[in-house]
Amino acid sequence: MPARAPAVRLADDVRTGRRSAREIADAALAAIVADDPGVGAFTLVTEDLARRQADAVDRAVAEGRDPGPMAGVPVGLKDNLCTRGIPTTCSSRILAGWRPPYDATVVERLRGAGAVVVGKTNMDEFAMGSSTETSATGPTRNPHDPLRVPGGSSGGSAASVAAGFVPVALGSDTGGSVRQPAALCGVVGLKPTYGTVSRYGLVAFASSLDQIGPLTTTVADAALVYDVIGGHDPLDSTSLERPHPRVADVLDDGVAGLTVGVVTELVDAAAADVAGSVAAAAEALAAAGARVEDVSIPETRLGLSAYYLIAPGEASSNLARYDGVRYGLRVAAPDTTAMNVATRTAGFGDEVKRRIMLGTYVLSAGYVDAYYNQALRARTRMIAAFDAAYARFDALIGPTSPTTAFPLGSKIDDPMAMYRNDVCTIPSNLTGQPAVSIPFGAGADGLPVGVQVLGPSLEEATVLRMAAVLEAAAPPGTPPVPVGASSTGGAVR
Amino acid sequence: MTGTWEVVVGLEVHCELRTRTKLFCGCRNAFGGEPNTDICPVCVGLPGALPVLNRRAVDLAMAIGTALGCEIRPSTFHRKNYFYPDQAKNYQISQYDEPINVNGCLELADGTKVGIVRAHLEEDTGKTVHAGSSGRIHGADYSLVDYNRAGVPLVEIVSAPDLRSGEQARAYVTELRGILVASGASDGKMEEGSMRVDANVSVRPTSADPFGTRCEIKNLNSVRSIGRAIEFEAARQIELLESGNEVVQETRHWDEDAGRTVTLRSKEEAYDYRYFREPDLVPLAPDLEWRVSVSASLDLLPRARRERLASLLGDDGPLPASRGDQIVTVVGLGLDDLVVAAVDSGAPVSLALSRAANEAATDAEAARRLSASAFAELLVMEADGSLTPTQAKAVLGDLLAGTGDDPAALAAARGFEAMSAESLAEVVAEVVAAHPDEWERFRAGGEKADKLIGFFTGLVMRSTSGQADGKEVAAELRRRRGPEPT
Amino acid sequence: MADRPRLGREDVAHVAALARLSLSDAELDHFTEQLAQVLDHAEDVASLDLSGVAPTAHALALTNVVRDDVPVPSLDRDEVLAAAPEVEDHRFRVPPILGEAP
Repeated sequence: MPARAPAVRLADDVRTGRRSAREIADAALAAIVADDPGVGAFTLVTEDLARRQADAVDRAVAEGRDPGPMAGVPVGLKDNLCTRGIPTTCSSRILAGWRPPYDATVVERLRGAGAVVVGKTNMDEFAMGSSTETSATGPTRNPHDPLRVPGGSSGGSAASVAAGFVPVALGSDTGGSVRQPAALCGVVGLKPTYGTVSRYGLVAFASSLDQIGPLTTTVADAALVYDVIGGHDPLDSTSLERPHPRVADVLDDGVAGLTVGVVTELVDAAAADVAGSVAAAAEALAAAGARVEDVSIPETRLGLSAYYLIAPGEASSNLARYDGVRYGLRVAAPDTTAMNVATRTAGFGDEVKRRIMLGTYVLSAGYVDAYYNQALRARTRMIAAFDAAYARFDALIGPTSPTTAFPLGSKIDDPMAMYRNDVCTIPSNLTGQPAVSIPFGAGADGLPVGVQVLGPSLEEATVLRMAAVLEAAAPPGTPPVPVGASSTGGAVR
Repeated sequence: MTGTWEVVVGLEVHCELRTRTKLFCGCRNAFGGEPNTDICPVCVGLPGALPVLNRRAVDLAMAIGTALGCEIRPSTFHRKNYFYPDQAKNYQISQYDEPINVNGCLELADGTKVGIVRAHLEEDTGKTVHAGSSGRIHGADYSLVDYNRAGVPLVEIVSAPDLRSGEQARAYVTELRGILVASGASDGKMEEGSMRVDANVSVRPTSADPFGTRCEIKNLNSVRSIGRAIEFEAARQIELLESGNEVVQETRHWDEDAGRTVTLRSKEEAYDYRYFREPDLVPLAPDLEWRVSVSASLDLLPRARRERLASLLGDDGPLPASRGDQIVTVVGLGLDDLVVAAVDSGAPVSLALSRAANEAATDAEAARRLSASAFAELLVMEADGSLTPTQAKAVLGDLLAGTGDDPAALAAARGFEAMSAESLAEVVAEVVAAHPDEWERFRAGGEKADKLIGFFTGLVMRSTSGQADGKEVAAELRRRRGPEPT
Repeated sequence: MADRPRLGREDVAHVAALARLSLSDAELDHFTEQLAQVLDHAEDVASLDLSGVAPTAHALALTNVVRDDVPVPSLDRDEVLAAAPEVEDHRFRVPPILGEAP
């Protein structure tokens, strides 16, 4: 199916006139209509928008204008990214049908690059979850096994790529929400350095942790998308310049002479089959010329608790604006306070309520120092520990998720069990450093396993170079392409 | 009457900054626009929006801090979390334990020094109108929210509890307002909400006793109501204490019509604002260069302006009260630059001060636009007798009204040529000739005769359209009569 | 430190009210247990002696990010109000507000 070629290839086809953007868009839309009912990756398919955008790209090509580096590439957008005039719901009842009057910066940048938005993807409500099961409209299924979760919170985006509907989807990663679903679905997922991708227009969950990142079938595509969406945005005060050189330019530099640390505590947190993939990845890197050693960073163990104090704290404040006054759901009541209560009670799901209450508690007078501020101190410790590690190593590796995809419904009633899915991904959110998940082998059950490469701030190039090496060395069992595909134009392995 | 009790007052003044745009977004900072026309994702609290700090607001906050003698420090922003419909995000971005300005001082005209604890940046809320019979919030049927004002930059100035009366509080607010206007930070229009005052009032038997329980009186919007409210509240608390009751710590509202403070009906609870550092903003650490550029561009403050005028009058001891009042008026209306410039161009100081404080003050806005050289020229014409005081005031009126900008031309247009002695004598002769009976009575001399000076002067004035100088008419009449008959 | 009482029903009821949420009795019990477990786990951080350590509110080292005081076009009022639950007179209409702003 032509739509399933990687983005780099599709864009080249369109820019050179070998294929039309419209034809690619139509094929993607047809595949979604036909096969997404069994997956549930999309919460909304934007057929009119996609065709309009594709036609505009084709016009540009015909008129000799530069259509952009992602010309004609169909993309899915996680439904917490504001798209003007198009419902942006965060998979929550409280924002059902809400149409933003503005586009997120990353959405504008994708459009400027010629990408074609085919739909909004399903997610855990307000990005709170690791399985996409808290979505108000129902879960997404893992394309590799419909009885299993795709991971979360960007499960819809991960599944849309894994199922071959689009080569690129954007997600957001606060505690692992791009990388963990990437691992469970067997695709590439990048969380950039905090600050390198604008958050303007990303509905906030935890502001000091949220970052937007690409989910793709290839490392080269992840680099392409990062180079397009990254960079300083005057509308985001926490925005940095993306690093130079452009990642896509140095992707093939290899890893000879680089030092890599295998983080003991992260491997120990994983199931045996996942740990086995990490060991194999370490060998592959060594074979490619890197010096690989084990490294112990005990502070990573503080991450889970620190995260579940900091993130809900910030979230409880970020979600206060959903009160039935200005937009979204309103449940009528005799006075404003009662209206706020009725609206929020009806509009938020259980996980969101849990985190709001937890966050309110850890920020409250009498507890803020013992919990929230204490977590910020633990964060200082973790940053120092990782800085020390990066003084010795160019990059670190470990598992992305402790296990492969788990069955739908198996952890939803046990919050702590669900939260433990994030132990390997949380550290990079707390330190603000980049990390990528790359498919590497399969688990005991044949399901995808992701290996995580972590790097120091602004070292996306190093992290993705390493991921490219792993991509080339991926062992048998690594999912090549999506379910149901007859694999033309699949990922180069 | 407070008798021997000591009244203790601290004031919190919220000052809207005169920036073109809001504190965290590029929407216009404007008063009185159509509702919800100055809004954007940021200030209306849409999902996904992010704040970006307005540099000019920081400049003005530092200007205020400098003008109040504060220490300007590196600072951070915090979220103050509470639900209210006019608070678009249900949190306010403010400054908490690391504010930009701390430890200043404001000196009142009477020399009292009032400590300034802090002056920090924060965003304003939207405005709510309540639909119901009273227009007040209680008993309203519903409310309507306009977010035009949401996000407007404020500096909150917190004084130490150093004020001891309603009158001192009024003086503090007046002086502070002058400083805020002079520093360029505010337009000073309290009637438009540019400055809003909350007063913390307590009483204690003597200054040696610890502070009593205080009540906060919110939203006092004129200098007058500040004084009245504090005086009422102090008396209320004293009466409570003297009759053996306690003062309950609470927030009260000043009812201007009834002339009393009333408890706000909402249950008083200690709000838990759950302050935490704003993760969407980064710290502010103005370097020396930035701080110096702000203080270097700071205009003269009111106290310095008053001293400048006083020094023009010469420093022969304390000024008479009338002079002092004129100086306060002239500086208060922003006309001191005009006076100083006019004096530089040769105008006599006391005349310049008088004309500015009395006549020019009637249209202060126009007076502030007056050309100093034109003003000076007019004053010189009056001082050297080319124009009578009446004539000079008329020409000044023309200058203020914008009829023209050349005093000599304006005087000529009105026919205010200086009357020569000969033409004056001619007119007097005509008038005298037309009224022989009165002239005979005047020639006879005595008390009654002097009253006829007014009679003849009036006729001379009418005949010359006010151009004649009354004193010169009297002198001419006397000269004509010759020495009084004994 | 370890003498902190375990999160209880009253705590959860209190924060629910602060956060404008209403819970049934069953939910109150259920959520209390779940949240208490999270905080039990968080003891590993809460019980550490980090007294000499400064908190990191932000991984970034940026300061002084400001913008020029130049107006930018505002949103189209109609587009914003079209998404509002209730509008009157070009304003957002809400039911009676009990109580003054803090």
